[in-house]
Amino acid sequence: MLSPPTPPAVTAGLELPPLAVPTTSPQADDDAELVDGLKRRVEAAFVTLLERYQGQLLRLALVYCRTRDIAEEIVQDTWLAVIQGIDRFEGRASFKTWLFQILVNRARTRAVREGRTLSFSSLADEAKTPGEPAVPPERFRAADDLWPNNWALPPHSWGESSDARLLATETMDLVNRAIAQLPPAQQQVITLRDVEGFTSEDVCNVLEISETNQRVLLHRARSRVRAALEAHFDER
Amino acid sequence: MKDDLMTTPDLGDLTCKEVVELVTDYLEGALPPDMRRRFDQHLTGCDPCVVYVDQMRQTIATLGKLPEESVPPNVLDTLLEHFRRWPRERD
Repeated sequence: MLSPPTPPAVTAGLELPPLAVPTTSPQADDDAELVDGLKRRVEAAFVTLLERYQGQLLRLALVYCRTRDIAEEIVQDTWLAVIQGIDRFEGRASFKTWLFQILVNRARTRAVREGRTLSFSSLADEAKTPGEPAVPPERFRAADDLWPNNWALPPHSWGESSDARLLATETMDLVNRAIAQLPPAQQQVITLRDVEGFTSEDVCNVLEISETNQRVLLHRARSRVRAALEAHFDER
Repeated sequence: MKDDLMTTPDLGDLTCKEVVELVTDYLEGALPPDMRRRFDQHLTGCDPCVVYVDQMRQTIATLGKLPEESVPPNVLDTLLEHFRRWPRERD
C-alpha cells in the first residue's frame, strides 16, 4: 500500500542542512534557515539567498528606473543594506517581504531624486482614479439591444497551439513591452504578483497597499496585457 | 439578426460587460459566494466569456514564464567581497 511521502525532518535550530539545495523553485519557507546562516556569516547562505532573489529584485528595480545600470546599483545597495541590517531583522515579516521592502524604499528614494516623484506618489491614489474599461465598450451590444451589454465582437480562442505561441520569444518581448507601457502603480503590482509569483498578501505588504487596491491595479494591468496579446494573435 | 444568439441559454443576471470587469476578483477568489455563483451561471451559458476567462488565465501563465533577469557577475562579486569583509560581531 502506498503511503504519502514523509515530510522532511524539521532541522530548525540545528546545523544548517547542506546548501546544495536546488534553488530553481524558490521557497520562502526555507529562507528562515538561510537567514540564520547569514546571521552566523555563513557565506553559502548569503550566496544561496543572492541566487534566489537577485533576478526578481532586478526586475522590480527596472520598474522604477529605466536604465539597467541604476537598477543594478539599487539591487547592490539593497544587499548591502541586508548585510548591515540582518542582525536587527527579527522575522516579524518574512525575509522576502523585508528584502523587497528595502528595494522598494531605495528605488522610490532614487526616483524622487531623479524628479520622478509624481509617478510613484501613491498607489492608493492611482487605484482610486477611474480606469479604462477592461474591454473597449464598442465591443459590446448597446444598452437598448435585445441582448444588452453582451458581446458584439467576442474574443476568439487562441487555439490549441496557443501554449507554444505564448511561449515564443516574440510573445515574451511583446508582454515585456506591454508591462513597460502600464502606469507605474500597475507595473509594480503585476510584476510582483504575476511575473514573480508573490501571493497577494506579500504584494500588499511590500507595496503597503490594501488588498482591494491591489486587485484593482492588478485587474487593469492584466486586462491590458491580455488585450496586447489578443491584438498580437488576431493580426496573424 | 444573429441566429447564434437566439439559442443562447440563460446567462443569469450578469452581462458580458460586467463579467470582464469581475474576472480578476473571480480568479483571485475574491468574489462573495453569491456573486461567484452568478458569475459561474453566466459562464455556463456564454462561450465568448469562457474564452475571455481562459485568455486571462493564459495571460497570467505567460506572465509567470517571462525569462528571469540576471545581475551581472561583477555586481555579485562586489557583493561577495563586501560579505567577506563584514565583521563577525557588531560591537
